[in-house]
Parts: sequence; C-alpha cells; structure tokens
Amino acid sequence: MIYLDNSATTQPKEEVIQSFQLASSQFFANPSSIHPLGGRVEKLLRTAKQQAAETLGVRSEEIIFTSGGTEGNNTAIKGIALEHGQRGKHIITTEAEHPSIYDTCTSLENLGYRITFLPVDENGLVSVKQVEEAIEPDTILITMMYVNNEIGAIQPIEAIGTMLKKHPKVFFHVDAVQALGKVPLKLTGSGIDLCTFSGHKIHGLKGTGMLFVEKTTTLFPLMHGGNQEYGVRSGTENVAGAVSFVKALRLVMEQYKQNIQHLTHLNEVLRKGLSELKDIVIHSSSNGAPHIINFSVLGVKPEVMIHTLSEKEIYISTKSACSSKELDESRILIACGKSREEAISGLRVSFSYDNTVAEVELFLKELHNAIKQYKEALG
Amino acid sequence: MNYDHILIRYGEMALKGKNIKQFIIKLQENIQQKIKHFEGVKVKRTQGRMFVLLNGNEPEPIIEKLKNVFGIHSLSIAIRVENTEEQIKEGALYALKREANAKTFKVTVKRISKDFPIPSQQMNQILGGHLLANTNDITVNVHEPDVEVRVEIRKEATYITSGTIRCRGGLPVGTSGKSLLLLSGGIDSPVAGFLAMKRGVQLEAIHFHSPPFTSERAKQKVLDLTQTLTKYGKSIKVHIVPFTKLQQEIFREMPNDYAMTIMRRMMFRISERICEQEEILSLTTGENLGQVASQTMQSMHTINEVTNYPIIRPLISMDKQEVIEVSQEIGTYETSIQPYEDCCTIFVPKSPKTKPKREKVNYYESHHDFTPTMEETINGIETVKITDKTVIDQSFKDLL
Repeated sequence: MIYLDNSATTQPKEEVIQSFQLASSQFFANPSSIHPLGGRVEKLLRTAKQQAAETLGVRSEEIIFTSGGTEGNNTAIKGIALEHGQRGKHIITTEAEHPSIYDTCTSLENLGYRITFLPVDENGLVSVKQVEEAIEPDTILITMMYVNNEIGAIQPIEAIGTMLKKHPKVFFHVDAVQALGKVPLKLTGSGIDLCTFSGHKIHGLKGTGMLFVEKTTTLFPLMHGGNQEYGVRSGTENVAGAVSFVKALRLVMEQYKQNIQHLTHLNEVLRKGLSELKDIVIHSSSNGAPHIINFSVLGVKPEVMIHTLSEKEIYISTKSACSSKELDESRILIACGKSREEAISGLRVSFSYDNTVAEVELFLKELHNAIKQYKEALG
Repeated sequence: MNYDHILIRYGEMALKGKNIKQFIIKLQENIQQKIKHFEGVKVKRTQGRMFVLLNGNEPEPIIEKLKNVFGIHSLSIAIRVENTEEQIKEGALYALKREANAKTFKVTVKRISKDFPIPSQQMNQILGGHLLANTNDITVNVHEPDVEVRVEIRKEATYITSGTIRCRGGLPVGTSGKSLLLLSGGIDSPVAGFLAMKRGVQLEAIHFHSPPFTSERAKQKVLDLTQTLTKYGKSIKVHIVPFTKLQQEIFREMPNDYAMTIMRRMMFRISERICEQEEILSLTTGENLGQVASQTMQSMHTINEVTNYPIIRPLISMDKQEVIEVSQEIGTYETSIQPYEDCCTIFVPKSPKTKPKREKVNYYESHHDFTPTMEETINGIETVKITDKTVIDQSFKDLL
C-alpha cells in the first residue's frame, strides 16, 4: 500500500496507540476524583500538559485539550465572538478556509456578526496589507488557517501577527492543523492569541487535539459544566486521548527538527515527475508547505483517477476529505482563480515523514499508466 | 542580519559598593544555570553590563527564562555589527523595523571607541536620515520616542539595540542568605516565598502534613508549588513534617480555643530546629495582618514568643486581591486553589481566640510535656529536593 492521503488523516503511530491503551487501562479514574487514584490521573494529565507546553514554548495554562480541529476552531471563533461581541461584531477571514472556519463564521452572520471573507491570489494567499485594510473599528477577530489543507499555501502568519501588534484589541486565531510538524511555528510573542491543533494529522488518534489560548485571552465556553480546562471546555477530560496526543506531538516535532528536508525532497521528486507528464497542471505553489501538492489531470475525472490508483493500492484524494462527498468544484481552487474545469478536477497528494522516494516514483508511474489507460478507453 | 545577543542591565545592584562583584558573579551564575540547556549560549560580563551570546538560538525562549531571574532590571536584544558606516546603517534599520508598533523614534549613538572616524553627533544625523529614508509613516521625536535605537560603537564592534524589556529587578537569589518558608499550599505562602526570593533570599521550605486526614495530593500540591517557585531561583529543599500525632495531642490536651495558637507555636519551634540543622537564619511566612484569627497583632505576639529568629512577612500589608494577582502572575494560583485539605484546615477550633495572651498559653503548655511527640515528629521529617526541571514520573514515561 502506498498511502498519500496524509492531510486527510495519518496512520497512528504504534507508540501513540500504546500510550492510549496504557492510559485508558491503568489511569482510568476521573482526574477530578479526590482519592489517590484520581490524584494520579490528574497528575498524569498535568504532566502531559506541561510537556505539550514545553514542546511548543508556551505556558501550561495556555493549553486546552479538545476533540480536534473542528472543535478547536469553533471554540476559538465562537468563543471570541460571544465573549467580545459587546465591543464589536466584525470578523475577518479568507475565502480559502476549511469549513470549520468558513461555516463557523457564516453561522455567526445569523447572530448579527459581519464577516469579511478576504479574497486570495492564485497561490491561495492573502497579503498583510489586505488584512490590515480590512480592519475596522469594531473588528474583534481575524481567523485563518496557517497551511491550506487543499493546496498547501502558507499564509504570512508571522507578518500578520507582527502587524496586529499595532491593533491590540483584535484577536488573532490561527488554524495550524495542517502546519504542525511541517512548517515553522512560533507562538510566544508572535501576536497569535489562539491556535488550533489536531491529533490525527500528526499520527495521533482521531478525537484528540489542542487549542492554544494566550493567557490574557478570554473565551465564552461552548460547553458549560464542571469547569474542567479552566472552564473553557467542561466535561470529564479525555485523559488517554490527551496523553496520546502529547506523545504524537513530541514525536512529530522531533521528526520536524531532524527530517524536514526529507519532506522537501519528496515534494521536489513529485513536482519534477508531474511536470514531465502531459496534461497536468500543478496548483500548489513551490513556496507552499512541503507535504501537500494539488494538481489536475486535464480531461480526466478525478474520481476515476482515484479509483484506478486504488486498484494498485495507492491512495490519494480529491480536494479535502472533509468535503469530498460534495460533487461541486473546490471552493479553494475557485478562490485561487482557477477555471471550473480545473476546480472540479483537483487531486491532492499529501505526504508524511514515513513516505519514501520509491513510493513517489511508483505513484508517478502508476499515474502515468492510469492516464494512458483512461485516454485509450475513451479513444 | 540577525539578533545575536541579549544585553542585560542590572538596576539596584549597580548601587552596591565594594561588594558589587559578588552580586554580579552570583547573577551570572544564576543566569547560566537558567539557560544552560540552550546549546552554545554563553553569558559574558563586561564593564557594567552582561551579554548573553545566542549562537544561533532564537532569542524569545531565552528571554522568557531571563525575565524570571531576579537581579536583572531590563534587557534588550542586540545586533553586533562591524564598525563600518554601511553595517551600522543596516543594523539600525533592522532594529527599528522590528518594533512594529513604533510611530516615532530617535537614534542615540555612543562612540566609546574614538578610532571610529565619524563623531557621535554626525553619526546620529546619518543614521536618522537613513532610517527616515527607508521607512514609511515613522517620524523622529527626540523627546518622547516610541522606540530608541541605541548604537554603541566600541573598539571590537558596534552594538545596536531597540526596544527594552522590563524584568523583575530585585537581587540575585543567593546573595541574601537562606530562609525557611512555611509553605501551606494556600495562596499566600508561595507568594511570600516569591517576594523573599526577590530580595535575594534562597529558600528552603517546610510543610506540615497530617496523614491520613490530609491526602498525598495535598503534599503533591506543595511540591508542585515549590517547583513553580524554582522557576525564579534555584532548587529548593522541602522538609515535610509528619504532624498528625502532635496535632492530635494538642487538640486533646489543650483548651479548644487556644489549640490553634499552640499549634502555630509548635510549628515555629519545629521550624527553628530545621533552621539550626540547615544553617538557616530566618523564617518566611505568608502571614498578613488581620486576615484570619492567627493573624491578629495579639496572635502574632503570642506565637512569635517561641522563636527569636527573624520572621520575614512579605505580605504583611497586602490586600488579599493583591496577593491573588501576584500568585496568578507567578503561576502558583491555579495550583493553590486546588481544594485539598491541609493541616491548618482540618483541625479548626470552633471559636479560636483572636486575642490570645502569652501568659495563658505558657500556663496551658506547662501542663503537658509535648517533648517526646515533638522529638518523634522531628525525627520523622522527610526532605525532598525540588529542581526546576520537570521530572516526569517514571510510570508516565512510556505514556508521554
């Protein structure tokens, strides 16, 4: 099997599963229970949080464990909107967002919020200037993804964060789900107030994730209850999930430090191979994240490509997995100014550190065969 | 161009006389200790200043550590460039552009090495002009600039800094001797410890533990609080006193309304013994005036009778809210509010005397010999050393 759909989900690492299993079976008590068993579990949870904080260079109290990216984005956006709505009702985002940002923002329109969806250029990028010009006196939040899940575009997060230091009342939320472990990430002093992470994109388990909330930032909680996670996310903590997430986080950051060139190399090999094939348009910019390449095979239905490759046990995807069941074009590719033909035929290859050059070469060969086969069949 | 070192200024310490060298060396040691795990980072002393050489490390995580080192008044990240006009211009522009908030600036050139051909005044004008020509929407204001670009032309190189980051000030931990902190697990005592450290005090801590009425978690809480305090200083020894038996004896043998006062006296007596053993010259408590029954003037007078060690009470005049604010800021609050009983909350007399008298206490105490239990208690003291490294519990190792 050649698995090239790592932006949809990654295979959990053995160590992560073991960690989940061990934590579930041995540290099963409720961390809020007052007896010693509860105490042990609470300590484990706190140690996990400390380790996550150290890995990302932030404070323990700035970490909220969540169920993943969608929850993180919802908690951040709705949390800011509802908590600070008195001060203003304007939110800025982009046209190239994942549905968990895009639709969350749209949903707030029904509650009287105004959303500015900034257009992106052909590479999927907004500029710092665009963002700054969109700021109005009642703007409370800017929310956007760091690395685009469909095309790998890297937004100028650092520059926007720096610019926003001039606008201290505007909160800045970054969805770093596709960025974690793949591109540089600095939270302290970056101007970022909230940042979303997800476990299953970094070889962790589905249903695990984390939200960074800068210590002076207050949120209206989506869930009320027992005041867990500083009251921002009530509900008995998913200790095993949190612990396994922190393990996955540590492992991916180690890989990032030691092995990022490997991803870059895979990217180059794939790009070069694709450019040698006929009728292929690469949509991802070479300045994007190394692990995502989006392209179209002109005149070939993308679903056909996916099924043909699947027969050889090669797995890639069309646009993002979260919306691949919808039949229409990719909203992201349209936002980047691609033609409809290109926007309905986007294919996405996404790597993990475990993919090899041999796999990429085999994929290229099979892609070539598949295109040939399809064209022959159609005459 | 890149920031390659951090410039450290010490405030109050600079006022010291002949012994200033000891303070500076201690500060250097403390800084080195705090940042030793960053590879290749070096701490250097020069005339009146200290430098941290970054050697390729990102400045921010190091600054985060330095901010908590007492004795540092402020710091700036700096660039070192060669003594050429071009290099200095480029460096100054880089330093200014880093300050995104700035609307106005001024340049201050100090030409310490007169080998450099252009005089300071003229250099000021050259750099000011260069910065204006290469930036938008930013003007010169020599009186109240948002950012001051400081250029020091020294013999070996030129150092350029922009913003200044205020730090905690105080004196380097370890320059004022040791004190024994009575640490309960509440909000106050960790703050008292922190404030004592700010005056250069090195801490040890003593905690009175009453199993099985108080839990392991109460003890763990105290160890966690101690760990947080180590962020601001060195490793801290915690002496854990098995207090149950003595406490029960006090409450059994002494009049109920005086039991609390007598318990406090016992705590001071035991603490003093630890001080003798560890060569500590003072006690530090989180006592405040008028907060609870044991903190009235009369109570303190009566409790204090049993020791002639100086007692440092940094919180004596603070409002509760002020104490809470400090504890939130230093990171002990979240731990302190965990709701576990401690030895002071489990045995609480119904109506403790708020105005106890020395004569009466001495009279009651003379009726019972606490010595054997007291000795047994002291012999049972367990000592744990807490360092600022997060020690991951062995049983968690496979999990994380």
